Amino acid sequence: MRIEEHPILTFKRGREVEFTFNGKKMKGFEGEPIAAALHANGVRVLSYSKKLKRPRGFYCAIGNCSSCLMTVNGEPNVRVCTEKLREGMVIETQEGRGELN
Amino acid sequence: MLATNGIPTAEELAPRIPPAERLKKGPVAVIECFQKIPCNPCYTACRVGAIEKFEDINDLPRIDFEKCTGCGLCISKCPGLAIFVVDETYSESEATVSMPFEFLPLPEEGQEVDLLDRSGAVVGRGRVVKVRKGKYEDRTPIVTVTVPKHLSMVVRNIRVGGGKK
Amino acid sequence: MKHAQIAVIGGGPAGLMAALAAAEMGAGVTLIDRNSRLGGQLVKQTHKFFGSEKQYASVRGVDIAEILSEKIKENPKIEVMLNSTVVAYYPDDGVLGIEVEEKKWVKMKAERIVVATGASEKFLLFENNDLPGIYGAGAVQTLMNEHGVLPGKNVLMVGAGNIGLIVSYQLMQAGVNVKAIIDAAPTIGGYWVHASKVARLGVPILTSYTVKAAYPNKMTGALERAVIWKLDENWKPVPGTEKVFNVDVMCIAVGLSPLAEILWQAGCRMKYVPELGGHVPVRNENMETTVPGIYVAGDVAGVEEASSAMMEGRLAGLSAAQSLGYDDGSCEEKKAEVKRELENLRSGPVGEKIRKGLSKLAS
Repeated sequence: MRIEEHPILTFKRGREVEFTFNGKKMKGFEGEPIAAALHANGVRVLSYSKKLKRPRGFYCAIGNCSSCLMTVNGEPNVRVCTEKLREGMVIETQEGRGELN
Repeated sequence: MLATNGIPTAEELAPRIPPAERLKKGPVAVIECFQKIPCNPCYTACRVGAIEKFEDINDLPRIDFEKCTGCGLCISKCPGLAIFVVDETYSESEATVSMPFEFLPLPEEGQEVDLLDRSGAVVGRGRVVKVRKGKYEDRTPIVTVTVPKHLSMVVRNIRVGGGKK
Repeated sequence: MKHAQIAVIGGGPAGLMAALAAAEMGAGVTLIDRNSRLGGQLVKQTHKFFGSEKQYASVRGVDIAEILSEKIKENPKIEVMLNSTVVAYYPDDGVLGIEVEEKKWVKMKAERIVVATGASEKFLLFENNDLPGIYGAGAVQTLMNEHGVLPGKNVLMVGAGNIGLIVSYQLMQAGVNVKAIIDAAPTIGGYWVHASKVARLGVPILTSYTVKAAYPNKMTGALERAVIWKLDENWKPVPGTEKVFNVDVMCIAVGLSPLAEILWQAGCRMKYVPELGGHVPVRNENMETTVPGIYVAGDVAGVEEASSAMMEGRLAGLSAAQSLGYDDGSCEEKKAEVKRELENLRSGPVGEKIRKGLSKLAS
């Protein structure tokens, strides 16, 4: 859900780009945080915790808390609340620690 | 009570309400600022010197109701959106209340809207007589609505569309 | 190795003012910020600010960010490093380690450092507090006001301080329904004018209530329902007083704590002062920490309003420049004026907590 009209603000958005989330094609705006693009597409579960496999979303949205770690283009533990969306990104839910290839 | 739900009681409100004789003379500002916070733009906004100079930035605003012309230049400058202009001389049965309104959709002049009290409860219907939304207001439009005269110190918000409960 | 006369870490209200003040005295400044734009958390503040003209009262936070950023860009004495995160301070030689873009690092030696790194949002303990949909109130502000994405449909706001009240109002402005604002304290902690603004929108404020538990939607795993209960005068929950809210978002606005990692690394003496948000640096009246040459300003020095952060930034910037010999003769007078401003901002009843915290820190 995106805000189209706001009493105070106007939003300058980048060009529309396509990316995939767990293999599913989605659209977002270039340069916005990955977490914002996912949220606008209704995705709120970003990872599963290491021990108890509990679903996790973001918490602080400004790069402080590490609640939003995902695997982006194969690299795990990316803070998607600050990482900017790019065309064709491959974004995946992270389970546990993530693997480095 | 302000401290527990943000809604002033009659006792809390009383000192901020202009005297009845002043209200009979025309529009006047009602400053619903009850707490000493570090803030003074109402004083700097007033062009007629009706809001007394702040000795301390934490002072409550003191308004000289006789000097106040009800021009409303202070409404959009108050960061707390706590200033209203009440005109009880609008007509025989109606007063007007001017209030800051930072929501969409903005009502049109002539449009009927729900009238809300300080708790957000609908207390009647009114008609928008003026919408000020210039550069000066800086995205804090000022909406003037008619209200039944006895609700001039009750109505402090509107709901556009409305009509439904 | 990069060199700087004064490095300012963090481009929020405190850092921006520090950079401008130091440059005003003639010092060269390098302003470092991890974001791709300046302004820090000002950029999501859509409300008009309190204070006086000196702190841009009546101007919206987002516009203050714009005004100050412009001044910075126009100032030839200030170099700005965006997308750059200071991740290390080496105490043996005072060198900063900075990640300037992904996996690219530079070292910087600065003669003076102003740390203005801000604060992070605190969390709250309750059953299922880790569910997706439970967000910091500031996070929701970022999502909504900076990126134009709505957090959900129905919100329970936890915390009736200024952040909780302001974000509730902003949620309503964006068309999101705030079901209630709750606070464990028996009275509203934020400014009453902010409380009145949301009250007249029909949002109930419930004091002496806390979160009992949150429950997920079985399909999505994200928040679906929140249960709150009342606290007695000893802050003990009262069984039987539960209220249920069907909400997809819960905002936690229970305070901030200073982001002081760099100060810890540098070996600055820290003191635990709850009134200031947690561990804060001990400093002198010029905002210099116990490590000579390292100054602090804003929330990292003690969580407070943006208006005070700006004034602290100005004080730290003036002091750092002066200590390097940059003083056109007006520095002492300017510092005295800023100190008076700070005292004024903190002198009223709402400044009591800060005054108490600062006196604890000084003792």
